[in-house]
Amino acid sequence: MFAFLARRLAATIPVLVVVAVLVFLMLRLTPGDPAAVLAGDAASPDQIAQIREGLGLDKSIPEQFVIWAGRMLHGDLGRSYYYKTEVTTLVAQRLEPTLSLTVVTIIVAVLIAVPLGVLAAWRFGGWLDRLLMGFSVMGFSVPVFVLAYLLIWGVSLKLGWLPVQGYKRIADGLGPWFTHLMLPAITLSVVYIALIARVTRAAVLETLGEDYIRTARAKGLPESKVLMRHALANAAVPIATVIGIGIALLIGGVVVTESVYAIPGLGRLTVDAVLARDFPTIQGVILFFSLIYVVINLLVDLSYVFFDPRIRY
Amino acid sequence: MASSAPPVPAPASGTAAPDFEALSVESATVVVQPSLWQRVQRNGSVRLGGAVLLLLVVIAIAAPWLGTVDPSLFDPASRDLLPGKSGEITTLEGETIEHTFRMGSDSFGRDIYSRVVYGTRVSLLVGLFTALVAVSFGTLLGLMAGYIRWLDGILMRVMDGLMSIPAILIAIALVAMWRGSLLTVVIAIAIPEIPRVTRLVRSLVLTIREEPYVEAAISLGTPTWKIMLRHILPNTVAPLIVQGTFICASGILVEAILSFLGVGLPPDIPTWGNVMAEGRSQFNEFPHNIFFPGIFLAVTVLAVNILGDGLRDTLDPKMAKRV
Amino acid sequence: MTMAFKNEDSERADTPILEVHELTIGLPSGSDRSSAVQKVSFSVGRGEIVCLVGESGSGKSVIAQSVMGLLPKSLPVRGGRILLQGEDITHAPQARLRELRATRMSMIFQEPMTALNPVMTCGDQIDEVLAEHTSLSASERRAKVRAIIGEVLLPDPDRIIASYPHQLSGGQRQRIVIAMALVLDPVLLIADEPTTALDVTTQAQILRLILELQKNHGTGVLFITHDFGVVAEVANRVAVLRLGDLVEIGPRDDVLKRPRHDYTRMLMSAVPKLEVVERAEVPGAPVVLEVAGLDKTYFSKRWLGADRSVVAATDVNFSIRRGRTLGIVGESGSGKSTVARCIVRLIDPTGGSILLSGDDIATQSRSALQAVRKRVQIVFQDPYRSLNPRRTVAEAMIEGPMNFGLGRTEALARARNLIELVRMPASSLDRYPHQFSGGQRQRICIARALAMEPELLVADEAVSALDVSVQAQVLTLLADIRERLNLAMLFITHDLRVAAQVCDDVAVMSKGRMVEYGTATQVFTAPRHDYTRALFDAAPGRGFDFGVAA
Repeated sequence: MFAFLARRLAATIPVLVVVAVLVFLMLRLTPGDPAAVLAGDAASPDQIAQIREGLGLDKSIPEQFVIWAGRMLHGDLGRSYYYKTEVTTLVAQRLEPTLSLTVVTIIVAVLIAVPLGVLAAWRFGGWLDRLLMGFSVMGFSVPVFVLAYLLIWGVSLKLGWLPVQGYKRIADGLGPWFTHLMLPAITLSVVYIALIARVTRAAVLETLGEDYIRTARAKGLPESKVLMRHALANAAVPIATVIGIGIALLIGGVVVTESVYAIPGLGRLTVDAVLARDFPTIQGVILFFSLIYVVINLLVDLSYVFFDPRIRY
Repeated sequence: MASSAPPVPAPASGTAAPDFEALSVESATVVVQPSLWQRVQRNGSVRLGGAVLLLLVVIAIAAPWLGTVDPSLFDPASRDLLPGKSGEITTLEGETIEHTFRMGSDSFGRDIYSRVVYGTRVSLLVGLFTALVAVSFGTLLGLMAGYIRWLDGILMRVMDGLMSIPAILIAIALVAMWRGSLLTVVIAIAIPEIPRVTRLVRSLVLTIREEPYVEAAISLGTPTWKIMLRHILPNTVAPLIVQGTFICASGILVEAILSFLGVGLPPDIPTWGNVMAEGRSQFNEFPHNIFFPGIFLAVTVLAVNILGDGLRDTLDPKMAKRV
Repeated sequence: MTMAFKNEDSERADTPILEVHELTIGLPSGSDRSSAVQKVSFSVGRGEIVCLVGESGSGKSVIAQSVMGLLPKSLPVRGGRILLQGEDITHAPQARLRELRATRMSMIFQEPMTALNPVMTCGDQIDEVLAEHTSLSASERRAKVRAIIGEVLLPDPDRIIASYPHQLSGGQRQRIVIAMALVLDPVLLIADEPTTALDVTTQAQILRLILELQKNHGTGVLFITHDFGVVAEVANRVAVLRLGDLVEIGPRDDVLKRPRHDYTRMLMSAVPKLEVVERAEVPGAPVVLEVAGLDKTYFSKRWLGADRSVVAATDVNFSIRRGRTLGIVGESGSGKSTVARCIVRLIDPTGGSILLSGDDIATQSRSALQAVRKRVQIVFQDPYRSLNPRRTVAEAMIEGPMNFGLGRTEALARARNLIELVRMPASSLDRYPHQFSGGQRQRICIARALAMEPELLVADEAVSALDVSVQAQVLTLLADIRERLNLAMLFITHDLRVAAQVCDDVAVMSKGRMVEYGTATQVFTAPRHDYTRALFDAAPGRGFDFGVAA
């Protein structure tokens, strides 16, 4: 077991290195001169050259990378051109809304999707299964922002049940925090539910085809026990895996959802930074999201230890 | 004897040597199956998704003849008209003509209907090219990873890293850096899709190489490149078609998201995302700006996804297991 | 150690435990026939072992599952009745069937490696049966679990109870499966090929165990198998099935020694005998293959923990002359397949020499090997995966010769000749593999190998996946080819009967080493190594003459 844990932890490092290199390269590959952008249109060549030196853009690319990586490891994500503050400060400011939204979404989605997927697999081929698969395909296909507008139009504007946009901090009261989060969380969770339900169903179906299920039935066990103790227990690993991998979809959705619902989180920050060509912020936010993704998937992989005794021994 | 198998002679016959051929159960148990192509055609999802997609292609090609005007035409007098109203529109030559704004007009006075119909072209093109680019590069990389051992480790680490950065963020960042045009948008959306194709092809290569018929080819003296061409690639085509279809759906969706956020194609090109972006600020009073393109978008992506599901069920049923 | 032949007084006047009357089970539309089984009738009495035998498609497994009520909806019972101790359970509700399972009737299946839930301990899985069907307390259940584990002869019950399936071997897992089946002392045990996936020696142990338990508990057993040696070993009565029809049923000796139906007679003549068929040795035949000190060790480097090395084969020495067949016999993990693959250079040996008519091919690089490849050809075990499904038979057969410079027309002519040599019609050339059965595909593979005009033909378990009648045909074909082309053959098998029938010389391998080597007659009549003796002792039904009236 420890070999597995150690290997898994160690395997994360090359991935993080690659992520860092990719993020760094992505933004260095741009045409145009970031120093000129920063200096503004009225700057003289000397001023631009000064800014270039200040940003370290006159050194070779590998050198720049090493400097940048060094700063990164110390927690210094650079300084935003646009907002004129440390990127880390920006991230810290915008963290709570995004975190609230994603955590609520994940909890809601998993609690709904996994039982639905299990049910669909159990009643394979029946009307429930087909209905669920139909909803799943629609969930993948209807874009997040279209759904968002539909919900806003229907629930907020026409029915007036929930607020249209905006975010309320937890410090300002749990009630308003929750009501403002409901629509965005529902919108965001749809695609996540679609993915998890589908994979849960496929995983459970596959385990239901295994020999040990036949043995369990031959022992005279009721279907509920066969499903829970035998099928679901063995499907736990692929289900956990997809919950981890689906986070990538979730992050993408966060960007759009925050945009539509005017939530001042990291997603909004990304879009604003891109529109303003604010490279350090873009870099910092992408790095942050990627790190979160890698860590979550690492945790998911480590959780296999609990689900699969073959890894323990 | 009620079976439909070849009749077995009655018992208690003489001591003649048994006729193995006649008594063998083997020839009786070979079932002739419909060919792969037939199975694909018969599948309900393929038919449904395929039909809708075909309709959309027709709409895209026939756009000029479907009661549209040039999508860039506008008229300040016809701003924010509700769907169904008629109003004026100024042509390129300067004339003012009467026109029914079937889906209403936007805040510049442009005809939403025309913009949506022409937008079909962009979306379908982006989807198609994204899939082609992603599948081509992914297959090449996957073949290399599967066959060249020392390259495999490095390549897969890079792919893992690429997959760790959420796709939308990569696309947004790349398009922002490169300025929006059809080419850059396609490449920006395709790049995050390449790792999944690479992994698929790599795992296919590794499993097919273990198959006895590939080992037989090796012992028959077939050189590696011929083995790849003759034995490995043909068996990857089916899963790649399925994967490509899903990438197409994803491409259409991501392009719309990019345009909607303002980081996609330039605003003068009519795409569904652009139309929705322009209509954002007036959503409360004029929701038609968002709903009409939104419906088209949803239906298109849905059709492609349904087609993909049908193709997967017939061509590559094992795909469901690969996350 | 001999296995007792069955008590002949099994024909008592008790009520049969299981009665099957005119059972007909349908198949889904689009299948090659309308029913899986039609109008099958038989019974199993108290303490009796009835064997259902048949080849592929006979419906024997379907019958077994129908008794337990485990058939999927796509295989409906269309007619007939199934009576368990007089109770009609043909269309019994699932609740009643669940009550009966494990308490009155139990079933064990073929694959022990996948029959147990990987995430539950073995103890819990046996305990589950008790918890579901009885109201015993936890400690009482645990006592019963320990008792049954002892009965299936697994040592150290507490360790077994706490262990997970992946920590046990195939034979041990099958004992757990048997324990689960018999813990509540059912009157009927259905065993669906329970030893097919096990090694010969393990198989012997499990068969012995089943017989012991059956005798002690008085259980009636419905034993499904395709292996006639096993039938000879355990059956009281035998029922022969062909494509869903019951063609013959009766006491074991009657059916196996004095078969009446043509099909049964054909089967009896197809079962290879455990006696060597001797062929005259041609003096002065040149040595085609000479292997000395062959070694294959797998190294796996781990940067965390010790490097591991696995010895697949070591110090293997043998030679084959033109026109002779050498058989390498062994259980799984013995290294026999490794040796075959080294000789064909699908894997690279780590030591030793392989001389093919004097040329050492052990050390040649992959590119230098190209010229040598045509001289050694191989036929694999699985006919369903040995041919590329997207290429026609003709394309498969001309691929090799064309690699070595033969033109397309000549290659096709050669293919045509060979297809007829393996007794398949010339029209087969234009068809695709999926249009052929397993035995036919294997013939195509043999023809493909012969197209290269090799000096040595390697058959790696080439008949193991075939039905007994098809196996007989393919073995006859191989013998015929050997005569005509004067080929040298290396025959890998785990089946002693097959080895006796086709091999002139025999080598026995165990755990990577060659423990015995000599002519077939020598090895079969006077084995020297203990392992070889154990192997022969374990062969089911040895000493039984099929199709020969006593």
